[in-house]
Amino acid sequence: MPDRVGFDITTARTGFNTFPERVGLDILSERVGKQDPHKPEPARLVRIDPMVEDHWLFQFRFVEERLNREFSYRPGQFVMLSVIGVGEAPISISSSPTRPGMIELCVRRTGRVTDALYRLKENDLVGIRGPYGNGFNVDKLKGNDLLIIAGGLGMAPLRSLVWYVLDNRKDFGDINLMYGARTSGDLLFKNEIDLLLNRKDIKCLLIVERVQYEHRVNWRGHTGLITDLFKHVEVNPKSTYAAICGPPVMYKFVLQKLLELEFSKDRILMSLERKMKCGIGKCAHCTIGYKYTCIHGPIFTYWDAMNLPEMI
Amino acid sequence: MGHSELTGELIPRHLNVRVIAKDNLETFLGGLREFGEVFGPVEKERGAYIYAQLTDVKNVVQDAQRTVLPPKKYLYPQKEELFRFSTQEGYRKPESVDKGRKILFGVHPCDIHGLSILDKVFAGRYHEPRYFDRRDNLIIIGMNCLPDERCFCYSMGTDWVEKGFDLFLTELEDSYFVKIGTSCGEDLVHAQAELFRPVTDEDIQLYKERVNERNKMFVNRVELANLPQILELEYESEVWEELGRKCLSCGACSAVCPTCYCYEVYDVLDLNVETGSRIRRWDACLFKDFAKVAGGHNFREERSTRVKHRFYHKQVTFVEEFGRPSCVGCGRCVTQCPAGINLIDVFKEIRGEKVVHKSAR
Repeated sequence: MPDRVGFDITTARTGFNTFPERVGLDILSERVGKQDPHKPEPARLVRIDPMVEDHWLFQFRFVEERLNREFSYRPGQFVMLSVIGVGEAPISISSSPTRPGMIELCVRRTGRVTDALYRLKENDLVGIRGPYGNGFNVDKLKGNDLLIIAGGLGMAPLRSLVWYVLDNRKDFGDINLMYGARTSGDLLFKNEIDLLLNRKDIKCLLIVERVQYEHRVNWRGHTGLITDLFKHVEVNPKSTYAAICGPPVMYKFVLQKLLELEFSKDRILMSLERKMKCGIGKCAHCTIGYKYTCIHGPIFTYWDAMNLPEMI
Repeated sequence: MGHSELTGELIPRHLNVRVIAKDNLETFLGGLREFGEVFGPVEKERGAYIYAQLTDVKNVVQDAQRTVLPPKKYLYPQKEELFRFSTQEGYRKPESVDKGRKILFGVHPCDIHGLSILDKVFAGRYHEPRYFDRRDNLIIIGMNCLPDERCFCYSMGTDWVEKGFDLFLTELEDSYFVKIGTSCGEDLVHAQAELFRPVTDEDIQLYKERVNERNKMFVNRVELANLPQILELEYESEVWEELGRKCLSCGACSAVCPTCYCYEVYDVLDLNVETGSRIRRWDACLFKDFAKVAGGHNFREERSTRVKHRFYHKQVTFVEEFGRPSCVGCGRCVTQCPAGINLIDVFKEIRGEKVVHKSAR
């Protein structure tokens, strides 16, 4: 078993090296049944949940019913979402593959495509292709403890992992979730977080820089920076995988903490973000140093990431 | 009937080589129109060659130096419509998909290698159908060129080809030695068999002399051994800063590169605001917003980081991924760079070797 999450995807890619040598120009035979990888499948926007200002949750279903059943993915993977007439953007999947039938995307309103998405109404048509990227190698995580660290919108891809492990709870050891946001009003998936706070099989720790006035009465979290939460958890770095997603500034301090705890570098998994145009390892917009975020990532071990000169 | 007799009688020696007189070449090219549209190098301006359709075969330049654009333009056009879309029906294939067969004459060994590198990029798990539809319809007639002072294919291992062509021509005295690479190539020869003659022992002797002479003509050397490791060690080198000051971020090097494949995808709406096209267009990692994400953060804001990225992608990343650099030593980037950046000098500097000749500016 290779020792790196995402390694299986890498081997899929380096499979090119064993690409059968072409006899003359007879390359037709190698692509029987191949689909056009750029073609978005039509899907409908079925539900909009305006969770937090400019951080809404959108639920989609494919027009073709078969795809709703067959679309399977790993937590941490992403799709290319097309807003018809505007363009395409990579968006990480927020729903869990354990709850099939629809895809949920938590999207920050930040660019041209996402801005257009916010103008759509329920039942409008979009295009979706994917899933892309390596995602978390959940089979490898099984039998281990998990320390899931989310900052801000970083909760979007990690929510997929949280529900995946909770829906397969017996396969995993202790689960700690640390979730930090700027203010108590910026916490995403608030209703679900309340549920998690009540569950005994996951330790959910919240931290915000400022608790808003209206939340003061029932506030069940901490105040400060996400690294302050480390004193509230006990982790065994030998049996724990840390999964991190958040703003670039967060990585630096969280990584420092994890290294102090003597996590080995391939037990630290981080989700990175880049500009993407294809999602399939061709357009080269998402390259970080020596890797493509879209096929070698977006989940990188810290070992991989620290060897990438432009990591954060 | 014994085996020796069989090979002796039914399979003549040198079945896959022929000789064509230079005087016959234009006739041959003219006759190829039976098979598809014929393209080859023509002189666009003094000393500047381009691949163009040979409506008149007399225009072909048989000993043309490198063309401005490599043959990738026929497989992976600078701009193409990926889909038509409508807000009601989503995305569908555009109607006009170019399916015609093309015959490309005069492709140099480096460019044949360039195509095989693009094949690898566009193949694999996410196969690019548009590229391979055209690839299947492209017949390649290679031409053994002679190097000039900007060629460094010898160092990249692309000065010679064993496959990847249908026919491959090497100049003898007043004729060409024709290697037949594929069954399709043989069909081309067979259709105008009267223009060709079998290979004689003198032809073989002459051919060997020619290729040996040619091997001695390569003056540029770029040492590839350990280059990825050296580049990693020299990531913070001042050489990149200096290049960043020189580079104009124009992307000319990428446009003319036989192995550059970065692209951009964008949607264009029709005037009815209901339908439109999704377009793919060549992009260049040297352009300022290449790595800029929504929200405004740019992972390669500094020009020096973009120049550096191009070098590292070709010589480190690509090696890691495909086992060889995505450079074929054709010298196009050296020729076209308006700032006079010379890749050969850059690698020498990085390696700590003395740069013998400084580039133009």
